[in-house]
Amino acid sequence: MLTIQNYVRPETLDEAWECNQNRKNRILGGMLWMRLGRGSINTAIDLCRLGLDTIEESEEEFSIGAQVTLRQLETHTGLNRYTHGAVRAAVCDIIGVQFRNMATVGGSIWGRFGFSDVLTVFLALDTAVELHRGGIVPLAQFVTMPPDRDILVRLIVRKTPGAVVYLAMRNQRTDFPTLTCAVSDLGGAPRTVIGARPGRAMIVPGLPALPVGQWSQDAISAYAEAAAAAVPTGSNVRAGAAYRSHLCSVLTARALTQLGGINGWN
Amino acid sequence: MELKLTLNGKRIIEEIDADLLLIDFVRAHGCKSVKRGCDTSGCGLCTVLLDGTPVLSCSMLAARADGHDVRTLEGLQEEAADFVGFIAAQGADQCGFCNPGFVMNTIALLRENPDPTDDEIRAFLAGNLCRCSGYDGQLRGIRAYLNAKKREG
Ligand SMILES: Cc1cc2nc3c(=O)[nH]c(=O)nc-3n(C[C@H](O)[C@H](O)[C@H](O)COP(=O)(O)OP(=O)(O)OC[C@H]3O[C@@H](n4cnc5c(N)ncnc54)[C@H](O)[C@@H]3O)c2cc1C
Ligand code: FES
Repeated sequence: MLTIQNYVRPETLDEAWECNQNRKNRILGGMLWMRLGRGSINTAIDLCRLGLDTIEESEEEFSIGAQVTLRQLETHTGLNRYTHGAVRAAVCDIIGVQFRNMATVGGSIWGRFGFSDVLTVFLALDTAVELHRGGIVPLAQFVTMPPDRDILVRLIVRKTPGAVVYLAMRNQRTDFPTLTCAVSDLGGAPRTVIGARPGRAMIVPGLPALPVGQWSQDAISAYAEAAAAAVPTGSNVRAGAAYRSHLCSVLTARALTQLGGINGWN
Repeated sequence: MELKLTLNGKRIIEEIDADLLLIDFVRAHGCKSVKRGCDTSGCGLCTVLLDGTPVLSCSMLAARADGHDVRTLEGLQEEAADFVGFIAAQGADQCGFCNPGFVMNTIALLRENPDPTDDEIRAFLAGNLCRCSGYDGQLRGIRAYLNAKKREG
């Protein structure tokens, strides 16, 4: 059980930030993860008056407010056009529509959850987070930072030309993922992100270069094997480490094959 | 704090505790169709429409519904009556416990997408759990309703 003594709706980010400096107070996202916890919150801080519930698209970037829901990500035309549906693919099996109407981008990224589909797909894009006091930080750096008392204001996704593919393995639809995989090609070498290892999503380091032009099956297999070798996996109730490593090579190879296809059409 | 909202068309102003959940608020106001089926936000039984959007009332502070319009099955009888008979005719309801959540979310689906494919129905209703059926009866019922509506033109 979670108890909450007070509920406030600050009018400014400064006010919200001040209030959040008290360790007994908490920022509310969709409250879905938070409510599974126990304990007592002095003041729950609702960001609903700060206008952080929209996705804005410009020539250069998407600006995604912290209070945007996973369902908004799923149904946003521009974001899904830019990512060839990868953002929709990443969130569409998270519990159900009602849940996704509540769960927020801010809570999902702030939580830095090991199982996160959301973190996996955004790590494969050119994403930064804007923190109220910490400023703009690349997402890859943010995930390694310990949680503090700052506020995540929005995500910024730069529209670097390229393509991205998202795949996940679930034992059953709407369960937590057994492994998540996103591969992008934003110019230069492909970037491969693996999550739900079950550790937190990581950009896989030290992968072999792929030849320019068409990728052969052999080149794709070698790359996928190298990804499986480079990604530490572990065991939990959903799968063993060896199975996860196997999934890692299979999903990486499939994603690369699809990515090659998308690049071919463009 | 003071909560002001519309519940099934009725304006309510009431003093509430900060941690009162929306489900407990609507039940206290007689909307007993809204029930708890889980404690992990996973079953969809507690679905209500907040400004027309389906949400889980078990996971939402009543305070966050302040200034909004809340609908439960009690306030949507007519809209539900259109299709529930088709679902019942398939024998989809066995114990019936999941039914209100299913009906609420089906209303949301049909408002957003009046002519869904089977896959779209499955995807939209994936967050509504039923322990008796394999979901096929519900799917057949909604399909039968859509077909009947098309025949009527
Ligand atoms: C049963 C269940 C199953 C799930 N399955 C999946 C899954 O399969 N895949 C997946 O990717 N995710 C899954 N999730 C996670 C979910 O998608 C959300 O990421 C999660 O609920 C957090 O989002 P929220 O909006 O509910 O945040 P909350 O629970 O409200 O907040 C989470 C934390 O972030 C803090 N916070 C929130 N917003 C901000 C902000 N703007 N600035 C600073 N701090 C903030 C809160 O104080 C809190 O500490 C699941 C969650 C649950 C409960
Ligand atoms: S009771 Fe709300 S989702 Fe189960």
